[in-house]
Amino acid sequence: MKTDWQRKDLLSIQDLSVDEINTVLDTAAAFKQVGKRTIKKVPSLRGKTLVNLFIEPSTRTRTSFELAAKRLSADVININTTASSLVKGETLKDTALNLQALNTDIIVIRHSAAGAPHFLARLLEASVINAGDGAHEHPTQALLDALTIREKKGRIEGLDVTILGDILYSRVARSNIWLLTKLGARVTLAGPSTLVPRVFEQFGCRVTYDIEEAIRGADVINLLRIQHERQRKTMFPSIGEYTAMFGLNKERFARTKPDALIMHPGPINRGVEIDSEIADCNRSVILEQVTNGLAVRMAVLFLCSGGQMSEP
Amino acid sequence: MSTVLIMDAVAIERALARMAHEIVEADPPPEALAFIGICTNGVPLAQRLAVRVGAILQGEFPVGEIDISMHRDDLALRETPPAVGPSNVSFDVTDKTIVLVDDVLFTGRSIRAAMDEIADFGRPRRIQLAVLVDRGHRELPIRPDFVGKNVPTAIDERVRVHLVEVDGKDEVLLEK
Repeated sequence: MKTDWQRKDLLSIQDLSVDEINTVLDTAAAFKQVGKRTIKKVPSLRGKTLVNLFIEPSTRTRTSFELAAKRLSADVININTTASSLVKGETLKDTALNLQALNTDIIVIRHSAAGAPHFLARLLEASVINAGDGAHEHPTQALLDALTIREKKGRIEGLDVTILGDILYSRVARSNIWLLTKLGARVTLAGPSTLVPRVFEQFGCRVTYDIEEAIRGADVINLLRIQHERQRKTMFPSIGEYTAMFGLNKERFARTKPDALIMHPGPINRGVEIDSEIADCNRSVILEQVTNGLAVRMAVLFLCSGGQMSEP
Repeated sequence: MSTVLIMDAVAIERALARMAHEIVEADPPPEALAFIGICTNGVPLAQRLAVRVGAILQGEFPVGEIDISMHRDDLALRETPPAVGPSNVSFDVTDKTIVLVDDVLFTGRSIRAAMDEIADFGRPRRIQLAVLVDRGHRELPIRPDFVGKNVPTAIDERVRVHLVEVDGKDEVLLEK
């Protein structure tokens, strides 16, 4: 049996068709099982070289891609900003061309500039995977969230999904909105009005500032982290006030649907956007998201390496 | 294109009955015998063989299924990537006698991939190969232990196996 996957790159969820999204999710479900074997490694990408080009700091996404590539038997090199020639003034283009000159097959890139992966994909023969570009997209995060929802709820179509928190600069939110609306879920965004502008309604989702209403009917509540490291001081008065107004505490949790899933892309700030006990409760699927992230990244690397590559 | 029926439902059942007896005659330790089918058609064939062998030996034998897409050596040579299904081997293969089951034996590359995959689950005592049809044209040094029917074919012909569990009827066709 064959898939219809024709892409060498995964740049955004916006580009993907419903069928392509389902192909990734189905393939990921198969790869998930590899993690339960005695030997957690398959030879699919043997002899391929993958470079993790992380121009913006990341531990979990980079580690997840690295482990995914290793489980597929690819060789992996990690490049991060501080240790690369980018600090010496080399342009992204030159860095990428140098990597290509080393016969790299796959480049996983995280960059603070939206569109950087698209730029590389046009430039290079290698597969380019977007691991987060500015405030634009983080496609593998949305795919792993979708896989988790599909596993737990059996479907995505018709579900009410609330994304709560720091939406404004969130690539996770954007990729999730694209994916969930394509697959027929109803998406509600909620949080402080400074972080959840009305303009997001153009994506086909609902914006509300009434957190009680946003979580009451939700089948899935996806909490986004308050990004301390970005300048947030002017967006709301204090962390304490954010927690009081928008944090998922026990009182609010008690008013959610009894089977509502609690999701978070991590790293979680316990006691800020989520109460510590709720993060550890049986409806929290935060760690399953991590497990599924590995499976989704294996699937994406596998699919983008298949087929269309021309033989020398 | 012409199509010739080379096995009907009766012939398939007769072949499986004989193969089941041959599996028993090979004297596997009954407490350590297990079957693994290669997706898709190998799985129902493995289940049928397990039932038949179980009837002879008065026992029940586990049946696993493996999808070999991840272990194939031609990922970059295909037009599009293969659809990968999950493998499901719920028993420990270590020290078992595994009867590996597929519908058609051709180049032997699927069997090579399947053996690699089984080795990822553990270390079996031995692996034996049962196929419904051996059509020849091997590209690797692999030989079946139990064969339903030997069918000499030309390289450009196709052998199609339809099974009740998958396609609603039992038949083997040769297309040329």
